[in-house]
Amino acid sequence: MSDPSRASSREYLKPPLTEVGVLGWLHGNLFNTWYNALLTVVILLLLWQLVPPFFSWAFIDSVWNSPAEACRDIDGACWSIIPRNISFILFGFFPDGEQWRPGLAIGLLLGLVFYSKDSRHWKKSLGGIWLVGLLVMATLMYGGIFGMPVVETARWSGLPLTFMLALFGMVAAYPLGVLLALGRRSNMPAIKTLCVIYIEMIRGVPLISLLFMSSILFPLFLPEGITIDKVLRAQVAIIMFTAAYIAEVVRGGLQAMPRGQFEAADSLGLNYNQTMRLVILPQALKIVIPPSVGILLSAFKDTSLVVIIALYDVLKTTKVTLSNPKWTGYSTEAYIFLAVLYFVCCYAMSSYSRKLERTLHTGR
Amino acid sequence: MKETENRSASVPAAAPIIEVNSMHKWYGEFHVLSDINLQVKLKERIVICGPSGSGKSTLIRCINRLEEHQRGQIIVNGTELSNDIKNIEKVRAEVGMVFQHFNLFPHLSILDNLTLGPIWVRKTPKKEAEEMAMAYLDKVHIAEQADKFPGQLSGGQQQRVAIARSLCMKPKVMLFDEPTSALDPEMIKEVLDVMIELAEEGMTMLVVTHEMGFAKSVADRVMFMDYGQIVEQNTPAEFFDNPRHERTKLFLSQIL
Repeated sequence: MSDPSRASSREYLKPPLTEVGVLGWLHGNLFNTWYNALLTVVILLLLWQLVPPFFSWAFIDSVWNSPAEACRDIDGACWSIIPRNISFILFGFFPDGEQWRPGLAIGLLLGLVFYSKDSRHWKKSLGGIWLVGLLVMATLMYGGIFGMPVVETARWSGLPLTFMLALFGMVAAYPLGVLLALGRRSNMPAIKTLCVIYIEMIRGVPLISLLFMSSILFPLFLPEGITIDKVLRAQVAIIMFTAAYIAEVVRGGLQAMPRGQFEAADSLGLNYNQTMRLVILPQALKIVIPPSVGILLSAFKDTSLVVIIALYDVLKTTKVTLSNPKWTGYSTEAYIFLAVLYFVCCYAMSSYSRKLERTLHTGR
Repeated sequence: MKETENRSASVPAAAPIIEVNSMHKWYGEFHVLSDINLQVKLKERIVICGPSGSGKSTLIRCINRLEEHQRGQIIVNGTELSNDIKNIEKVRAEVGMVFQHFNLFPHLSILDNLTLGPIWVRKTPKKEAEEMAMAYLDKVHIAEQADKFPGQLSGGQQQRVAIARSLCMKPKVMLFDEPTSALDPEMIKEVLDVMIELAEEGMTMLVVTHEMGFAKSVADRVMFMDYGQIVEQNTPAEFFDNPRHERTKLFLSQIL
């Protein structure tokens, strides 16, 4: 039984300033103990030393689109290296007048990717749309019809090469990896041994050595006069490499599946293919989305390794720009640009994977 | 609970639907099932009880080849169980199983859980499979949950869905592996009621359970297993009132 007069006569004080609001947060998180307070002060000093100079170098004293000579007179960043060389950085050795073709191909690719992100578009027709899109892209890149001069695959470079190696690498490696994982768990000794050998051998060597082998060793074994396209060899090496890592991650997911799921599927009379396709893989693949995406992101960035077999992806074309005496010395700006480019692509992929995980969580 | 009555007169005398002859099973060196001989006639209801580790779950899992036996014969619906995958799949299509932990497919809706088997194993068209699924969901009194997912249902509801899922394959025999052992007492009744209804409609059932009330009211035969052997089997009346072996008496004294 509360006495109203007692309730109103009580003094309702405000909490101390250092406990609420911004001050409260600072007090609770940054200055709560003596070593935290010390750390905070040290870090703030560090930031004070680093951030304003970087900011003025990057944004205040910088030039964004000037000839090379103008860059020598300033203290700030010379971002003009990018716009002035953009067509080489993005399209590499593709002939000058034809660069609208790879540009259009990349635009089409991005368009298809954005279209496919929406789960409402995941119908059978999507496969057909991609097939048509890929044909159009191949025609644009290779040429030969409609009056477009032929551009050999060896001249494909820059962003189209990076995207192509990454996209086909990811799309082909994933199913191959799933098959390898299933094979490794199989009861049939021949299949299991083959899969184990494949996975362990591929995982035991760096991607660079696989690219070397594809580019230098492999042609030695081919009969006289038969050559296989260099870009194709690099593509196969990337696919084989990524598939081995995907296989192990998927195997982890399969191991996490409770035995009861297999037993329930068996007792309904489902055969192996049906059990895997309808019951086990949908659940297992969903569980391993985080590590799978990590592997695919690595695959995307590993496309830069094709520089070792003289294929010019976007990293290499940027480096080549720097070897031009006009632009040497501005490597910081060039690599920051590349880092931002890779970051944008990788962040887009990883935020899509988070969205995918959220969507697929329904029902669980 | 209904009074036990001698039901052997109502069971048709025909060829047994399940025949187990001198079956032995080992897990490595451990002899888990020893000289099992069992005949199950159509429409018979058999309850298997016994202490844990006695091999009762292993026995019924051998019948639909979730476990393999090393010696002896198991013949289900005229097909002998061997390593031939075709035979195994034939048997599994006629034998339904309900598990202790339900084992529903969590990534599919309830309706999809039920239609998966008919669509992919019996090649039933989707529409027909869905109608049949709704009818069975209705039968287990859970039709309103058809679009939900297993994670959204209670244990008793999930087990009833699991029973409906097995029924959709129109099996000749239903195996129940401790169907109520993972349930709360309130939910046990709703599942047992469904099983009693099934039994009264004439489904052949092998039930591993500790629910002796169910055994008394529905079973044609109660079987006691211990250390991998069938110690005693009899009609419920005889089994509960006149157990013959010492081990049976000991077991009954502990659980009743």
